[in-house]
Amino acid sequence: MKKAFWLASATILALAQPALAGDTIKIGFVSTFSGPTAVIGNDMRNSFELALDHLGRKMGGKPVEVIYEDDGQKPDVGKQKTEKLIQSDKVDFVVGYIWSNVLLASLKTAVDSKTFLITSNAGPSQLAGDLCSPYVFSTSWQNDQTPQAVGTYMNQKGVKSVFLIGPNYAAGKDMLAGVKSTFKGQVVGEEYTVWPSQLDFSAELTKAKNSKAESIFVFYPGAAGVQFLNQYAQAGLKGQIPLYTAFTIDELSLPLQKDNAIGVPGAQQWVNDLPFPENKKFVEDYRKKYTGLRPTFYGAQSYDAANLINSAVVAVKGDTSKKDEMKAEMEKANFKSVRGPFKYGNNHIPIQNFYLQDVVKDADGQLSLKTVATIVKDDQDRFHDKCPMKK
Amino acid sequence: MLVLIEQSLNGLQFGLLLFLLAAGLTLVFGIMDFVNLAHGSLYMMGAYFAATFVAWTNSFVLGILLALGATLLLGIALEFIALRHLYGRDHLDQVLATFGLILFFNDAVRLIWGPAGLSLPLPAWLTVPVQIVPGVFYPAYRLSIIVVALAVAALLYIVVMRTRIGMLIRAGASNREMIGALGINIKLLFTLVFGLGAALAGLAGLMQAPILTVQIGMGENILILAFVIIVIGGIGSIRGAFMAAIFVGMIDTLGRAFLPDLLRTVLSSAAASTAAPALSSMLIYLLMAIVLVVRPEGLFPAAKR
Repeated sequence: MKKAFWLASATILALAQPALAGDTIKIGFVSTFSGPTAVIGNDMRNSFELALDHLGRKMGGKPVEVIYEDDGQKPDVGKQKTEKLIQSDKVDFVVGYIWSNVLLASLKTAVDSKTFLITSNAGPSQLAGDLCSPYVFSTSWQNDQTPQAVGTYMNQKGVKSVFLIGPNYAAGKDMLAGVKSTFKGQVVGEEYTVWPSQLDFSAELTKAKNSKAESIFVFYPGAAGVQFLNQYAQAGLKGQIPLYTAFTIDELSLPLQKDNAIGVPGAQQWVNDLPFPENKKFVEDYRKKYTGLRPTFYGAQSYDAANLINSAVVAVKGDTSKKDEMKAEMEKANFKSVRGPFKYGNNHIPIQNFYLQDVVKDADGQLSLKTVATIVKDDQDRFHDKCPMKK
Repeated sequence: MLVLIEQSLNGLQFGLLLFLLAAGLTLVFGIMDFVNLAHGSLYMMGAYFAATFVAWTNSFVLGILLALGATLLLGIALEFIALRHLYGRDHLDQVLATFGLILFFNDAVRLIWGPAGLSLPLPAWLTVPVQIVPGVFYPAYRLSIIVVALAVAALLYIVVMRTRIGMLIRAGASNREMIGALGINIKLLFTLVFGLGAALAGLAGLMQAPILTVQIGMGENILILAFVIIVIGGIGSIRGAFMAAIFVGMIDTLGRAFLPDLLRTVLSSAAASTAAPALSSMLIYLLMAIVLVVRPEGLFPAAKR
């Protein structure tokens, strides 16, 4: 009797084991789906889902299952969710990560378990340098690259001095360091604000105004960018001290920033009007599938992430246990990125172009972003030498 | 010197805004002995109402007045439907129930207005900077916040100190049982006080809206500051809330403005710019801790028997 009981238990246990690798491709997606920045997470999810639609919801002949987890923009929560996805859901890939501090907290879990992590936004300098890993790939950029392009553009415009303002967290520090590394004029001031709770920038704007700087540079993603532009305009600085931005004006913030955003330049590696067929398909189908919404660079990067994963899974014909082969395939960047030219450096950070973008009224009379010029071609991040992986 | 004037104005403006939020909270906490975590939700609703009504009526002033009325009514309705049943309960029950209300309001807003947030554009006459003393230009809208908030503070002072209702409110803050025993309709008084508190929170929210964005959860961070203020000022004391709010606004703003430069004289530039924002956001909590040690009843406690 007892023996029969044990036997039955063992059988049930064996049956209850999670499906072994091979049935489905499991992907965990960590992003922010609650709170004021949930709109960013939604855009990433929308784009990732659209990419799966375009792939027929299959990779390497196997159905794809995606588990979305909300990090609430908090590093500790992001780490927990990453652990849950890897340890209990046994996903093959973790994707997403808007925030550099959330990514840095979650990184070790993925790397230690040899699970591929594809960051489709955050690009902290540490990740490009000494924390680089064979299991981590980026479909975005290293944080410094975009502001570096802005700094280069400011040199082209002949700007002599700048006042820098940004949030006090990993990405904020990278962004301001990025501008400083390329901008040849004088940096007359540098202010960090409490992130993400501080939304009133009166003290910083007053300092910028009194510093007699010729220009202001800011990095404020999400709603903070709307607030900054509001307060900048209300302080009467528009037309007085020109503003340069990175990740402050996008398709999510534009409907709220409205005319405040007109004439404020920014840099980006992807703009909705880039003339590549993959990009046209992405933008058009996105607007068709999600009526009233427009894709952002966050979405474009997530769309690319799905295609990057697909390239790896196809190369091993769905056998995700072949990690070395998948890694080798992803290093080739053997997929068509919506941003056009795309290849990987030794640290798995893209080498890519950065464009100057401006805000214009489009055919529908709505404000939208437009590519004006290419600021830098085939730009590689400045930390790749510090990465122990060599090509 | 001119910079100091401008930064002080920034601090004053922030402080006065916090006062509007804290005044309602301290009244409700002090008089009704009721912990209302959903006060921040009323702040948020004020902002959402204002954004909606301004868009409907195409008039900034009219829209704001309508929003103020709507928040007052919402406050009264909330008290009548839900909170009235919690007065006799433990503080923990009240915290739980009003925390539930925060979640309720956040999701109600998500359903009605969507997750993306709204913007409340200012009329042109409020977007220009005004010259207050030669060489100092100050945003007209921030100046108008200072004026409105000071007027409301004065009005509140007159109502609380010079009218019969105010006398009852003060009496309620000192000894609730006694004024009930004297035949005052305490239920009506509570409803009125709660409505007033809601309208003040709504006013703070709608005035903050053009500076920030109108978004879900906007009241949660600022509510913490409001609680700090009523603890520093003394629970139930309008005067205490006023003084403490100005203190907190000034310390927060001046700390942010001058601490980085001060730290740079002792630390390396990079370390200073990292430490300064962290330290300046800590200052107000340090102040609260000191007040709690030295005067646990707050700086200006409401007279207790």
